[in-house]
Amino acid sequence: MIRAHVLICGGTGCTSSGSDKIQEAFERELAASDLASEIKVVRTGCFGLCAVGPVVIVHPDGTFYSHVTPDDVPEIVSEHLLKGRPVKRLEYKDVDETVRDKVNVSLNDTTFYKTQKRVALRNCGVIDPENIDEYIAMDGYQALGKVLTEMTPDDVIKVILDSGLRGRGGGGFPTGRKWMFAKASVSDKKYVVCNADEGDPGAFMDRSVLEGDPHAVLEAMAIAGYAIGADEGYIYVRAEYPIAVHRLEIALKQAREYGLLGKNIFGTGFNFDITIRLGAGAFVCGEETALLTSIEGNRGEPRPRPPFPAVKGLFGQPTIINNVETFANICQIILNGPEWFASMGTEKSKGTKVFALGGKITNTGLVEIPMGTTLREVVEVIGGGVPNGKKFKAAQTGGPSGGCIPASLIDTPIDYDNLIAIGSMMGSGGLIIMDEDTCMVDLAKFFLEFTVDESCGKCAPCRIGTRRLLEILEKIVDGKGELEDIDRLEELAAYIKSASLCGLGQTAPNPVLSTLRYFRDEYIAHVTEKRCPAGVCKHLLSYSIDPEKCRGCTACARVCPAGAISGSVKQPHTIDTAKCLKCGACIEKCKFGAIIKK
Amino acid sequence: MKSLAELAAIREKMKNNVVLREGSGQTRIVVGMATCGIAAGARPVLNAFVEAVNEAGLSGNVTVSQTGCIGICQYEPVVEVFEAGKDKVTYVKMTAEKAKRVVDEHIKGGKVVEEFTIGSVK
Repeated sequence: MIRAHVLICGGTGCTSSGSDKIQEAFERELAASDLASEIKVVRTGCFGLCAVGPVVIVHPDGTFYSHVTPDDVPEIVSEHLLKGRPVKRLEYKDVDETVRDKVNVSLNDTTFYKTQKRVALRNCGVIDPENIDEYIAMDGYQALGKVLTEMTPDDVIKVILDSGLRGRGGGGFPTGRKWMFAKASVSDKKYVVCNADEGDPGAFMDRSVLEGDPHAVLEAMAIAGYAIGADEGYIYVRAEYPIAVHRLEIALKQAREYGLLGKNIFGTGFNFDITIRLGAGAFVCGEETALLTSIEGNRGEPRPRPPFPAVKGLFGQPTIINNVETFANICQIILNGPEWFASMGTEKSKGTKVFALGGKITNTGLVEIPMGTTLREVVEVIGGGVPNGKKFKAAQTGGPSGGCIPASLIDTPIDYDNLIAIGSMMGSGGLIIMDEDTCMVDLAKFFLEFTVDESCGKCAPCRIGTRRLLEILEKIVDGKGELEDIDRLEELAAYIKSASLCGLGQTAPNPVLSTLRYFRDEYIAHVTEKRCPAGVCKHLLSYSIDPEKCRGCTACARVCPAGAISGSVKQPHTIDTAKCLKCGACIEKCKFGAIIKK
Repeated sequence: MKSLAELAAIREKMKNNVVLREGSGQTRIVVGMATCGIAAGARPVLNAFVEAVNEAGLSGNVTVSQTGCIGICQYEPVVEVFEAGKDKVTYVKMTAEKAKRVVDEHIKGGKVVEEFTIGSVK
C-alpha cells in the first residue's frame, strides 16, 4: 500500500538541472531502505518555480524541497520518508517569514503560489503526464464523454462562446467565434490544428502544458473536432521540444489504446484522431497560415487572409487553429460551466493567463494568474521582485511582436485590451522583466535582430523594411545616429506595420515603437549626447580609472585581455582608451570601485 | 473503452492513488516514526493505517503521515489523531491489529477506542 508520493519535476528546466538523476537516486535509496512498496516516485510536469529547481514535493504533507541534488536524496529518504522529519535545510525558503517558519512548508502556502489560480496548469506538477490513468483520476476525458453523450455541437460552441475564452496564442480572438465560423463552413472534411510552435524568446508556457498535461490538449482537440465536424487533428510542435514531443507521443498511444481517440469513441459513432507534425524551428511557422502551409509539406510561408482558415485552411478545407493554452482551458470550461470561467478575469478578458516569467526577476518560472492582475503583483509579489537591489525599469510582453510596459504603468491590470491600449500586447505570455541596467535601444535592437533573422522573405515590407529598421538602430547604438533617424524609425515602422503580409511583419516594429513611446529620452541621449544612459552600448562608453580610488593593486592590468591598462605597483593605473575593448573585465576585478564607466 | 461507465471505473480506481496529492484531509493520523518508534514497530502500524483508511474509502478525508519523536519513547509506537474541532487523541503501544480497530471504531465510527489511549495504558 502506498502511503506517500515523491513528486519530482520533469519539466525541461528541472530535467536540464538533473532531475532524472534525482529520480534514479530516489528509486535506489527507497529500494535499499525497503520502502519501495510504500512510497511512490512520480515524475510530473513543471511546478512553475523553475528558479529554485530541481524541485521535489513529498505528499501527503506537501513538503516543498528546492535545489535538490542526488546527494540530498539519502537524507530525504532516511529522515523524512522513514522517520517523518522533513529536511529543513532543503525546504523552500519563502520571502514571508511566517511561511518560512512553518513546520512544514507546503507549495500552496508560498508567496509564489498563493495568489495564482491554476486552470490551464491544474495538472502540471500534480500528475504523471505519461500515465493516462492519473489524468483520468483528475476527471480526464470526462468532458469529452459529456460532450459526446449529452451535448450537440451547437451546445458546445455556445458554452465556449458564453465562457468568453479568447485565443491564448497572442491575437486574443474569441475562441467560440472561430469554432462557429468553422462549423458554418460546409465541407465533408475539416481539421483541428493545435499550434504548439511556441517561438517567442523567453516563452515556455505551451511547452510546460504539453510536458505536464498532454492529455488535456488531446481531449480538447477531440471536443473541438466534435463541435465543428472534424475527424482529424494535427499538433504542430517544435522539434526543439523533445520532452514535450515524447510525452505527446506516449499520450496519443495511450488514448488510442483506451479508445479515447480513434473510431467510434464511447460508442457514439464519433471518430477523431491526431497526428503530430514537427516544426523545424522557423518563427514564422507560428503564424497560422504559414503553419498550415508547413503541415502541407511546403516551405513555411504565410498566405493572405481572407480566406481565413475557418473557411479555407489545411489542404484547402475548413480548419480551426488554436494555441496549446487555449485548448488547455476547454475541458475545464465544459465540466465547470461557462459561468465559472467567466467569473474569473476582467470584463472583456475572462479566465486566467499563463506567463513565463523571465529576465531580471527573483522567481523565474511559470505563473498562472487571473486576467486583470496588476503587473505590480506579478513582479513584486509572485516574482519576488528584481534581484540585487536594482530598480524595476520595464517589462516586455509579447516577445518580438509586443512592447514594453514602463515602471510608471506597473499598476496596469493585465488583460488583452489594457495591454493594447498602452502599446503592448498580451502575446503568448512571455513576460521579460528588465532592471535599470537595460538599455531600451539595445532591447529594441535585440528583437529586431530576431525578426530580421526570422522574416521568411516572402513580402518586401517585412524582408527589407525590418532590415532597414535594424540598420538605423545599429547606427544609433554605434554613436552615429542623428535626430532625423528617430523620425525615420517611426515613419518606416508605420509602413512595415500597414504593408506586411502576416502577423510577423505587422508586429515586428512594435518593440521599436513602444520603446520610443516610453523611453524616447534614451534614444535622444544616444543620438545627441552620444551617451547610453544604462551603460550598455559599448561604442558609447569609455572606461577610465579614478586616481583617488586606485591603490595600484594591478588586478585590473592582469585581467585586461587587451593590455590596455598600465601603471606601476601601488601607483594609480591608467587605461589606454585606444586599446580598450570595453569588455568590463576590469570593473569586475577592481575591489575599490576605482574604474569608471560612462 | 466502449462506455462512460468504463471511464468512471478507471477514475474511481485511480482516485485513491492521486488523492494523496490534494493536500491535507480534514482528519490527520500521525504516526511517531523516530528511531524509538521504528524500533518498537511503527512501520507496520503506519502501513496498517494507510491500508485500513484506503479500504474504508476514507483516503479523501483522512491523511496518514509521520512525525518524529513525540517524547514518550516508552509508549511507542505512538499515534496521534487530529480531527477538526476536536481534542487530539493519543494512542500508545500500537500494533497493526489495533490500527485497524482505531480506523473502524474511531475514524469511521466516531468513537474513540479508549482502551488504547495514553490515559488507559499504564
